[in-house]
Amino acid sequence: MTVASGGTRGAAPAVSHHTITVLVENRTGVLARVSGLFARRGFNIVSLAVAPTDDERFSRITIVVDVEQTSVEQLTKQLFKLVHVVKISELAPADAVERELLLATVRTGGDNRSQVLELVGVFEGKIVDVGFEDMTVMVAGNPAKIDAFEDLMRPYGITELQRTGRVALPKLDRTLARARGQNESATRLGGVTGKAS
Amino acid sequence: MKLTGAQALIKSLEMEHTEVVFGLPGGCILPAYDPILDSPIRHILVRHEQGAGHMAEGYAHVTGRPGVAMVTSGPAATNLVTPLCDAYMDSVPMVAITGQVGRAMIGTDGFQECDTVGITRSVTKHNELVMEPDEIPLRVRQAFHLATTGRPGPVLLDLPKDVLQAEMDWDWPSDADVVSSLPGYKPTTRGHPRMIKEAARLITEARRPVIYAGGGILKARAAEALRELAELTDIPVVTTLMARGAFPDSHRLCLGMPGMHGNYTAVTAMQESDLLIALGTRFDDRVTGRVSGFAPGAKIVHVDIDPAELGKIRRPDVPIVGDCRLVIEELVRAVRALLEQAETTGARTGADEWRSRISGWQERYPLHYDAHFEGDPLKPQYVVEVLRDSAPEDTIVVSGVGQHQMWASQYWRFEHPYTWVNSGGLGTMGFAVPAAIGAKVGRPDRTVWAVDGDGCFQMTAQELVTASSERIPIKVAILNNAYLGMVRQWQEMFYEERYSEVYLSPDLPDYVKWAEAMGCAAFRVESPEEVGPTIDKANAIDDRPVVIDFRTDSREKVFPMVPAGASNDDLVVHPSQGPGGERLVQ
Repeated sequence: MTVASGGTRGAAPAVSHHTITVLVENRTGVLARVSGLFARRGFNIVSLAVAPTDDERFSRITIVVDVEQTSVEQLTKQLFKLVHVVKISELAPADAVERELLLATVRTGGDNRSQVLELVGVFEGKIVDVGFEDMTVMVAGNPAKIDAFEDLMRPYGITELQRTGRVALPKLDRTLARARGQNESATRLGGVTGKAS
Repeated sequence: MKLTGAQALIKSLEMEHTEVVFGLPGGCILPAYDPILDSPIRHILVRHEQGAGHMAEGYAHVTGRPGVAMVTSGPAATNLVTPLCDAYMDSVPMVAITGQVGRAMIGTDGFQECDTVGITRSVTKHNELVMEPDEIPLRVRQAFHLATTGRPGPVLLDLPKDVLQAEMDWDWPSDADVVSSLPGYKPTTRGHPRMIKEAARLITEARRPVIYAGGGILKARAAEALRELAELTDIPVVTTLMARGAFPDSHRLCLGMPGMHGNYTAVTAMQESDLLIALGTRFDDRVTGRVSGFAPGAKIVHVDIDPAELGKIRRPDVPIVGDCRLVIEELVRAVRALLEQAETTGARTGADEWRSRISGWQERYPLHYDAHFEGDPLKPQYVVEVLRDSAPEDTIVVSGVGQHQMWASQYWRFEHPYTWVNSGGLGTMGFAVPAAIGAKVGRPDRTVWAVDGDGCFQMTAQELVTASSERIPIKVAILNNAYLGMVRQWQEMFYEERYSEVYLSPDLPDYVKWAEAMGCAAFRVESPEEVGPTIDKANAIDDRPVVIDFRTDSREKVFPMVPAGASNDDLVVHPSQGPGGERLVQ
């Protein structure tokens, strides 16, 4: 498992990047079941984020995986066979809001401190820790923005870097007629489920 | 009512109508073995935990009810891994109970501790480590529900020793409790009406259709429905290795087994078909051969209860998720409606031509083996034929894995569902003896013959001690060719007869002495004249297990054969039947 760093860069043409959100029962070992299935069926996880939802009985796992379209179908169907998996949505980048958080410790010796501060300001980030020769900064945003920030910081010297992997939710419907009929947040998790087909 | 966790476990098994548990006690599961003494549940003490698992499978295969195996922690749990995987591959309903070290010990590498749930995660439909005694009834109910609904499979419950010892408040959950406790589990059983209509249209329009019936037919109790569909549409049926018996071999529409060692007509009819109606089957590589060359001109209607099977190997034109029986019944209705609408006489376009091509193949390429020469060892196919002809019609046949399995499947005549038990997906050598014991426990009224190989027999033969002491009179026919026969066949055909590590010796062990030592009646047969009379003698014995050591010809190979990785078009028939064989067989 690798941490996200640049999405589909360098991937074979048929393979593309898919974001799958998996609603699971919040039980011991669920993550092992899900990640074990990826390993067993030969799928490589690009990034993965897990956290409980507002309903503490459930957690949401957001997984980015680079596979072909036919494989992603097979993957979601196999995932859906796990008893603790309640719902699966595949989020196409155009239909989802995706966010990721980055923490980086950057060398700020010499005249660099003000430049780094300026860039953090441009990216609406925060300084979370300051040392004599370095600084730890935080930036949150969509993954492309995080990629750009990381590229801009590199020349100053990054000594530590941690990205969370992306989390995602579907974009909300803005057509009036449909919005009226939509009162359960659960139904918004439309997308592809394991049952489709 | 206050019970111990162990009492709750056994009571829960009783509530689930468990009549028999196959198992072997040990440290961590000890508490559960005390209430067993007072329970009406029959416990069968195995000699090795793998045997318990395969017995549970054999029982499940013939009864349709989940087999239950109970063993202790650590090595006992790991010994159960093979049968769990076997049951998972062949969708066999099974509930496994394993002991575990006490809760406080978990994770400390305690004596006989292993991560059973972690180890068995990928070979079970579901598993749970039960951490609270109060949970036991719900977990047991869930286990039986999961094992038997949707696509059946093995479910394992891992019970720490102190959970079994602790007191709990007995409360038996309702059906609704079980369903609501599994929010992510809702198998689809009813087929999509639009897809069923579309499938019916394809069926009535096809010129060269074949029904490709798999083990799902048996799991769904759909043999009757299958027969109705085949007869209504006059479409020939192939029955896969897992589906032998799902459609009677004597039926005029039955083409027999397809696949790597399928008969010529079944394989070729699928290759030439324009519509495959795949029912409860998963396009296994042993059926399809090279996938890109499999039934290239066929449209596919694929019915399966597991959505993940649809499109896994071959993209269907009409995918239908649902229970085979329910979907086939709907299909029958839809086809009947179409036929009535069309006011046709029922004759499908091209039906006569298709039928005559099929009967041409059947005449030209029947199953065939060479005649016996005086002084040669027995022909294994002949032994299977005599066994078949001497056995009552509803005899249950169980096999291990290898040449003998293929000959049993090819040469037996299966007339009834649930009369054939074998390890199809995992190909577990040593399956036959314990699975036959489980089958006989499930159907004590039936004759149960295990057709086994000498290699397989040596892997699990000790369970015959179980059979003798529990008075389970199974019969075992060892086709003893002194080799790991299937491996030998591949080394002969594909490795220039360089035989590497496949010779086993016909006399070591002495199978007759060994069987007698285990409390069985035992015979050795070396000449064709003795075959029939000895089988008759074996059939007459009903107070203990019987083992017959048939000395068979090690040069015999299983034909037809699709070489691994080849297209089914390149089926190699018996050398006497055509030029195809001579390329590979000297």
